[in-house]
Amino acid sequence: MVGGGGGDDSSDSSPYPSGEMLLSVRDLRVVFGRNSKHQRQVVAVDEVSFDVDRGQHLGLVGESGSGKSVTSLAVMGLLPRRGVKVSGEVLFAGENLLTASERRMRAVRGRDIAMIFQDPMTSLNPVLTIGTQLEEVIESHRKLDSGAARKKAGELLEMVAMPDAGHRLKDYPHQLSGGMRQRVLIAIALANEPRLIIADEPTTALDVTIQAQVLEILKQVVADTGTALIMITHDLGVVAGLCDSVRVMYQGRVVEAAPRRPLFAEPRHPYTNGLLASVPRLDTPRGEPLTPIPGSPTDVLSWSKGCAFAPRCPNRVDECEQTAPRLEESGARSLRCYNPVEHARRGVSA
Amino acid sequence: MSEAPVTDTDRTPERDATDDIVLSVRDLAVHFPIKAGIFFDRQIGAVKAVDGVDLDVPRGRTFGLVGESGCGKSTLGRAVLRLIEPTAGTVTFDGVDISSLGAEELRRARRRMQMVFQDPLASLNPRQSVETIITEPLRAHGIGYDKKTKVREVLDLVGLPASAAARYPHEFSGGQRQRIGIARAVALEPELVIADEPVSALDVSIQAQVINLLEELQERLGLTYVVIAHDLAVVRHISEEIAVMYLGGIVEQSDSETLYERPMHPYTKALMSAVPVPDPVIEESRERILLSGDLPSPANPPTGCRFHTRCPFRQETRCDDERPALVEVEPGHRVACHYASDILSGQIKPRDADVMLTVHRRA
Repeated sequence: MVGGGGGDDSSDSSPYPSGEMLLSVRDLRVVFGRNSKHQRQVVAVDEVSFDVDRGQHLGLVGESGSGKSVTSLAVMGLLPRRGVKVSGEVLFAGENLLTASERRMRAVRGRDIAMIFQDPMTSLNPVLTIGTQLEEVIESHRKLDSGAARKKAGELLEMVAMPDAGHRLKDYPHQLSGGMRQRVLIAIALANEPRLIIADEPTTALDVTIQAQVLEILKQVVADTGTALIMITHDLGVVAGLCDSVRVMYQGRVVEAAPRRPLFAEPRHPYTNGLLASVPRLDTPRGEPLTPIPGSPTDVLSWSKGCAFAPRCPNRVDECEQTAPRLEESGARSLRCYNPVEHARRGVSA
Repeated sequence: MSEAPVTDTDRTPERDATDDIVLSVRDLAVHFPIKAGIFFDRQIGAVKAVDGVDLDVPRGRTFGLVGESGCGKSTLGRAVLRLIEPTAGTVTFDGVDISSLGAEELRRARRRMQMVFQDPLASLNPRQSVETIITEPLRAHGIGYDKKTKVREVLDLVGLPASAAARYPHEFSGGQRQRIGIARAVALEPELVIADEPVSALDVSIQAQVINLLEELQERLGLTYVVIAHDLAVVRHISEEIAVMYLGGIVEQSDSETLYERPMHPYTKALMSAVPVPDPVIEESRERILLSGDLPSPANPPTGCRFHTRCPFRQETRCDDERPALVEVEPGHRVACHYASDILSGQIKPRDADVMLTVHRRA
C-alpha cells in the first residue's frame, strides 16, 4: 500500500529512510456527507500521497475545489469529526495523526505543525492584542512566565521584520495593515519552532509588493530555522521561487508531481501545461496569444468514471473517459495521464 | 503646481496622426470628505483618492490602469463615468464634456459608456434571468429590440449558449457569470467599456478565456477599453497604453512594451520585480527591489513625492518637499520622478538594503 501512489522525489538525496520522513501522507481520502437517497457523497480528496522531509518545501497547487485546502486540514486534524470520513495515513515522524486522540492533536498543532491561513483578519481574534495572541500560543505549549512570554513575542515580531515591533504588541489586529497582519500570523506559526509549517494561500489577499515582502520573510525564516514548509497556492509563480517539489491537484487528486525545475520546464500533464499557457507572463514578449483551458473547473467527469480533467482536456483520448488513469511514477516525477504533453511547450516550438 | 506638466499640448507628431482621442481626462480629482461633529458636520479633512490625473484614451485601443489596492484606480474609473462625482477636473468623451452634463443628458450619454465589474455575482441581480439582465439596459434607454434575436445575438457574442437566457446568475460558473456581465455591457453597443478588475475574481484557468473574449469583442465591435487591474501581467497582455497609479496620482505612463522593458519610476520598477514569474530559473536569479512599509494613508499623503517614504532611490533633496509632475522623459513615456533620467542612466542606485537577490534554496 505504502508507496503505491506517492512520488517521493527526494529519496536519493534524503539521508532518512522513508519510514522516518518528517511527514508522509499515504492514500489520503476525504469524503464529505453520507451516502443516502437525499445526499450525494462528495469525494474532496482521494489517493493523495506525498512526503515532506526536514527542511524541505513542498508546493500544492490547484484551483478552487481541487482539494488542496482540505488536504491541509486533514493533515492538521482540523476537519469536523462528524459527516466527514478521512482515511489513509498521515504519518508525522512515524506517528499516524489520523488515529491520534484530540488531546494529542492539540499538543501537535501549533507546536510541531503550525498553519498560516489565507485571511489574516478572520484568523486573528479582533478583540485581543497581537501580544496577547502571540503569548497565548507560546504559553499553551510550554511553561513560561508572562514576562518571558512577552519578551519572546517581541522577538518573534522582530523575526518577521515587523516595523516598530516593540510597540506593536499592544496593537489590535484592525490597527495593522494586511501585510502586517500576515506577518503576525507567520510569527504565531513560528512561536514554538515547529518542524512543519503549512501555509494555505498566505499571500493571496495581499498586494504584489506586500506579497513579495511577506514571501521573502517566510522564505528567510524557514531557511533560518530549517522548518519544512507546505505551500498551498493557486499561483504557480509563488511556487516557482520557493518550493523544492510541486504537486498539482485537480478535483481532489494529484495529477502531476515533480521537482520544481522539471515541472516548470516540461509540464507533462495537460492541466499543468494548460495552467502555464493560460497565464499572461511578464517575462515573455507581449502579444503572444493566451491559450485558455476550455470549460470551467465545474465541468468534470467523476474520477470513478474516468479522468476528471477529460471534459476540458485537449489531449483527450477514448481511454480517458472509460477508466481513470493511475498516478504512474517515473524517476523523480509522477503523472496521472494517458496522453501526456510532449515537449515543446511555448517558445520551444517553432 | 510649480511647473506646468507637459501633457495635452505635448504629443508627438506621429501620435497625432494616428490617434483619435475618444476619452480625455484633465486634472481629475476625487476627494472624499472626512467629517466630524454631532450637530454640525464639520469637514476635518479629505481622503484624496484621486488627485490630479490626466488621461488620453485613443479610440479602439485599450488603456490599462495598474496599481495596488488603495491607489485610486477604481475611483478614477468610476469618476470617469460620474458614478462618483469628481471633486474637480473635466472628463471629455468624444468631444462632449461629461462633467457639465445635467442628469438626463448624462443618463443618455452613459449608453455609450459601460462598465464591467469585478465580482460578477455581486453585480448581477440574482432575481433577474439572464434575458432580463441583458435587456434591462436596452429598456432603460428606450431602445427597441427584437426580443427573440437580440438576446441570442448578444449571448452568442460572449460565447454563451442561447439556452442561458432563461436561467439565473447562480446557475452559472464564475467565468460564465463574467460573460453575462460583459454581455450586459455590450448589449447597448457602447463605444467605451471600463472594466474594473474583470478577471481577478476568476480561477486561473478561466482568466485567459475572459481576457481573450474581451480582445475578441474589441476587434468585432471596435470598443475602446479602460482596463483597471492590479495584475501587471494581465494589464500588459491586454493594453496598448498603461498608466501606473500610486496614492491617487499617475506616476508613470507609456505604451506597454516600453513600460515593461524600461520602467523608469522606482515604484514601477518595484512593482514589476515583485510579480512572481512561473519559472524557477528566473525566480532564482532575478534581483528584487523590495519596498519597505505599506501604502501611506491617502487622507494624509506624504509631502513632496508621494512615493518618497518607500522609495529605494530617494534622494536628499526635492523628493520630500516637491511633488514631481508627470513629465515626458522620452517620446510617449511620461514619468513623475525628479530623478528619472539619473536612475535610468544608472547614476543613482537603489540603497542596498532595499535590493535583494532573492534568497534561493538549492534545487
